[in-house]
Amino acid sequence: MSDAIVVKNLHKTFGQQTVLNGIDIHIPQGETFVLLGRSGTGKSVLLKLIVGLQKPDAGSIEVHNQEVTSLPVEELNEVRRKIGFLFQEGALYDSLSLGKNVAFPLRRQKDASEKDRLDRARDLLAQVGMEKDFDKLPSEISGGMKKRVGLARALALDPDILLFDEPTAGLDPITAQEINDLILKLHGERRATAVVVTHDLRGAQTISNRIAMLHEGNILIEGTYDELKKSRDETIAAFFRLGRSN
Amino acid sequence: MPGDATIGTSTHSKASKHFPISVPGVIQSFFEWFGELGQFSHRVVKAAVRPPYEIRELIHQMDEIGSKSAFLVMLAGAAMGVVLSLETRSSLIRFGAKSSLPAVIIISIITESGPIITGLVVSGRIGAGIGASLGSMKVTDQIDAMEVSGVNPHGFLAATRILACVLMLPLLTLAADFSGVVTGWIATTLAEPMSFTQFINTGLKRISFHDFLPPTAKTAVFGLIIGLVSTFQGMRVTGGTEGVGRAATSSVVLSSLFIILADVVLVKFILEFFP
Repeated sequence: MSDAIVVKNLHKTFGQQTVLNGIDIHIPQGETFVLLGRSGTGKSVLLKLIVGLQKPDAGSIEVHNQEVTSLPVEELNEVRRKIGFLFQEGALYDSLSLGKNVAFPLRRQKDASEKDRLDRARDLLAQVGMEKDFDKLPSEISGGMKKRVGLARALALDPDILLFDEPTAGLDPITAQEINDLILKLHGERRATAVVVTHDLRGAQTISNRIAMLHEGNILIEGTYDELKKSRDETIAAFFRLGRSN
Repeated sequence: MPGDATIGTSTHSKASKHFPISVPGVIQSFFEWFGELGQFSHRVVKAAVRPPYEIRELIHQMDEIGSKSAFLVMLAGAAMGVVLSLETRSSLIRFGAKSSLPAVIIISIITESGPIITGLVVSGRIGAGIGASLGSMKVTDQIDAMEVSGVNPHGFLAATRILACVLMLPLLTLAADFSGVVTGWIATTLAEPMSFTQFINTGLKRISFHDFLPPTAKTAVFGLIIGLVSTFQGMRVTGGTEGVGRAATSSVVLSSLFIILADVVLVKFILEFFP
């Protein structure tokens, strides 16, 4: 199976702080890859580097065999069309209704009329159970609903790759489980590659094919949930012990 | 904002150990700010001249800026007209030039008071709004989300707002001028009855097209300053909601300051080329 994302020797620093210190990751097409790690270990930075929102100091990132770190913005936008990104807080546009939020990425589809775009947005909202709230503003809905709408927007361009930045952060366990189930359902339907940054171990167990733990700028361990759980490394053991007890 | 980044943290000299503000640090961040503004302007121009053109968003922003500021600038213009009439009347009576009152009011309003008042009012009303809204979008990842969607935020968010400010400022100035002239006439006629037609005819007798067009057109430069400074301050916000507050404040302070400085240069330019 070919790799959807290949990260090689990736370095990123902010001032004096080294966030990523030469990491290597291979994510095959169709896999759900979960990235665990403590806060501030650079998990979200890695997602932003993959989608070209930030530039690495060194190393390479290939998305479908295309190096993205040095692409001009027009070509980078073509790569981005194949990637859906769910931001931590949803990142919905405050001034637009939920329907228009979901339709926003479709504005670059010149052959589609405004009505077509809004119809497509309605379908996507229906997939995440939010079709009744089409005309509501983001300020009128809860955090969990924002994540659902953010997920619908991430799916708008039928991406091959989905990047999830802490999809269940700040949600109660039931809503978090609903979001995880939704990710699982959508992944099952679309067979897209997914990279999920999370602290939620239950979620990681539910949705992952493979998990990596980022620690002090490096990948500390990589494997299935059960393999990580059996690890005797103190950091990993503590993460699982405390994570599962929450 | 110039000086923001390094105040109190510089290690440039021993003096910084004793004073909270390091002079070399402030100078460095001052030039850095202008350098970043230059890079930002370059990106905005590049995004604005390349398709797709965000015409619908431009019209939306023109409506936002125009309709939200119209009442305020007309109110400011009206107050200015009354004050000019009251202040100037007593001075002109003292010099025996009372008949020049309409001309003095109209010339003062259209050449200087109208444009600068409009610039400062819009800078307060719109500059703060743009700085806060873009800052809020930045800290909540909305600008990143836009970029990921393949929409250039420099074109969609910045260029449209800047162009809308450039186009709307002269129109808002006309509105302020009009209300200033009307209330100037009302204040004058309350002291000594005079018809509006007579007031206008007397006032406009000594005014040429050159007195009117350049001062009104110069407000497009004020619009450029407001749009550019406030979008720049908004889109470079860091530090959460506190940063958003700083962006709103600095947008108003910096754009007002640059408007006043630009006015000095533009008045000299106008007097030189349109004597």
